[in-house]
Amino acid sequence: MPDGPVLWISNHLADKIRAHGVETYPHECCGALLGKDHGFAAGAEPKVENHGISREVLGLFPLVNRRDDSPRNRFSVTADDVREAEKAASAQGFDVIGWYHSHPDHPARPSDYDRDHAWPWYSYIIVSVQQRVAQDMTSWRLNDDREAFSAEGIEVRHRAAV
Amino acid sequence: MAVKIMIPTPLRVFTGKRDSAEFSAATVGEALGNLTTEFGELRKHLYTDDGKLRAFVNVYLNDEDIRYLAKENTPTKDGDTISIVPSIAGGSAGNAN
Repeated sequence: MPDGPVLWISNHLADKIRAHGVETYPHECCGALLGKDHGFAAGAEPKVENHGISREVLGLFPLVNRRDDSPRNRFSVTADDVREAEKAASAQGFDVIGWYHSHPDHPARPSDYDRDHAWPWYSYIIVSVQQRVAQDMTSWRLNDDREAFSAEGIEVRHRAAV
Repeated sequence: MAVKIMIPTPLRVFTGKRDSAEFSAATVGEALGNLTTEFGELRKHLYTDDGKLRAFVNVYLNDEDIRYLAKENTPTKDGDTISIVPSIAGGSAGNAN
């Protein structure tokens, strides 16, 4: 069992995030991660019955990047967007468990700007898109003291495998 | 006067999983102050170091954004509901341009 929290996402949904990042390149894409959380706190021990998976991404809610002024290196999701995403999640029996966005021509690592604007508990998936080609995909959770992100493992596999 | 504060999912880890809490308060600011007194770890996620509500923290009084009311001085009455709704932002390193 891996150390720390692990986020499970299907190949299909991971590909959709990559495709969204390519589609909006050179601008950042963004959207909500809909799914289920099996361990409430960041760093909580995953339960054995969940095969070491602490969270599952079971759907996406792609959003429009509201940052018209600097969409190449910023994204913004309004409170109304958040409410819409929560409604969409609830209608499917899921929660909003996090958010994804792309870093066009930048690595898939959170910036200080990401940290300054992050909420605790949520998973933040970042996909790097280099010259219109999707590269690394990583996931992060803000530490409770807001001083840094911790990497969250991502397990990408076929839905049938779980 | 009891007002109910709805707590968003990412902050429930600091409230013992509670999704709401009730406090006596005459203003929105007083209610939020009571909330962060009872659940101290919430404070740094809602407020900056100089005590201002963070830009991505949206507060509604019965569905009205308090930015369009009297902000934290907005008066409350018995039975009001205050909702804390996140907005989400981020972006790659580098200057906005």
